[in-house]
Amino acid sequence: MGRGSAPKRAKADESSPGAAEVKPANAKMQVSAVRSGTVIDHLGPSTAFKALKILGVAADATVLIGVNLDSAKLGKKDILKIEGRELTDDEMNKVALLSPQATFSIIRDFVVVKKFRPTLPDTVEGLIRCVNPACVTQDPRVTGRFLVIGKEPLKLRCYFCERSLRENEVEFL
Amino acid sequence: MKKNPLLGRDVISMRDFGAAEIRAILERCRWFEKNREPLLQGKVLANLFFEPSTRTRLSFDAAMKRLGGATIGFADSLSTSISKGESLWDTIRVAEGYCDIMVIRHPAEGSARLAAEATRLPVINGGDGSNQHPTQTLLDLYTLKQRTGRIEGLKVAFVGDLKYGRTVHSLIRSLSWFDAKLWLVSPPSLRLPEDFLEDLRETGTEHHVVEELAAIPADVEVLYLTRIQKERFVDAVEYERVRNTYQVNPGNVARFGDKLTLMHPLPRVNEIHAALDAHPGAAWFDQAHNGVIVRQALLALCLGAA
Repeated sequence: MGRGSAPKRAKADESSPGAAEVKPANAKMQVSAVRSGTVIDHLGPSTAFKALKILGVAADATVLIGVNLDSAKLGKKDILKIEGRELTDDEMNKVALLSPQATFSIIRDFVVVKKFRPTLPDTVEGLIRCVNPACVTQDPRVTGRFLVIGKEPLKLRCYFCERSLRENEVEFL
Repeated sequence: MKKNPLLGRDVISMRDFGAAEIRAILERCRWFEKNREPLLQGKVLANLFFEPSTRTRLSFDAAMKRLGGATIGFADSLSTSISKGESLWDTIRVAEGYCDIMVIRHPAEGSARLAAEATRLPVINGGDGSNQHPTQTLLDLYTLKQRTGRIEGLKVAFVGDLKYGRTVHSLIRSLSWFDAKLWLVSPPSLRLPEDFLEDLRETGTEHHVVEELAAIPADVEVLYLTRIQKERFVDAVEYERVRNTYQVNPGNVARFGDKLTLMHPLPRVNEIHAALDAHPGAAWFDQAHNGVIVRQALLALCLGAA
């Protein structure tokens, strides 16, 4: 948000802040506004439940989930609205590994106070399990580390055993 | 004196070196062919072999002793604290106090990289599972240069087990940085893994995935043969068929001419007819002997003595 600009109010009929491509006809079906919390838009289709899992969102949390919604930008997308929880930058980066094009808005009292488009880090430590059963990181005393060698599509390489992982092979710890 | 390409570095993976650095390392190796100065007198090498090895361990031992240094170590993990549950990290930290440089062979892939993180001393990877064996790759490249006069633009056919062999993986990847043209000859079940094929496509390396020796063109310069291991096959009949299909003999290599270089990382079983030991291009024993020279160079360079 630029300095001096008025805070943007999250509207009840918006699927998410900045989600201009959602058709008004669909909008009512998809939403209601978040009072305070986080909206994750542009999640890849069918990734919302995985995102909830890797964020460790509690079973009794208030969450709105939109799955396989039409998107002008992506064709199909998922949306998550998590009430009462502001994600940290680390958590947002974690979701970006699952869905690199995801966008995030932090809402307080219906006002968007922060918009975040995560950038994938060059190195990811401790979040992902190596798929190679012979990798030294299978020892729980060793923390896994991955080099991000491709961003779109996502491609990682285990720093230790050098095995490459594609987006659909990423397993979060 | 030329810049030391390995000063303050480890030798863990061929991925860590660019083409220019590989050329520089090979160039330094030549000096060790004829010189046996005690460059590492007073230094100690720890040979930490967590799984059995003959050639790699013995050649590192010989290399260090030729340089006037001493060696300590073990030849399997059964006699170490690893068998009592000690972590690799702790074993390395302990060994750090006993030596100046370490060679590690370990069945876990990535173990050498982990060891290098655990210690401030230089670490050389002597083979980590089926991942990397950089000293074997460097000795293969050195032998190629010795035999053909270059490592650039070679036409090389790899034959046999291209799926499990780390030697082959590492050499194929390295040759792709030097504009090689490759023929990858294997049964479908032992084909080069997709990851490596993707790397070849990304580097624009000309390569041909084929199943028959007959598909290799007559002007190929190098045949790199590998052992086909019985334990890789569920079906014993299939193993016998494949084993016989890829056996090279004076008859089926004659069409490549006398300038052909024949390589094999050893040990071999029956993939090479005994008569080929007399072929002018047979380089397998040169490879083994060059292992000592290349490892001498690596030890001396890593310790800043060359």
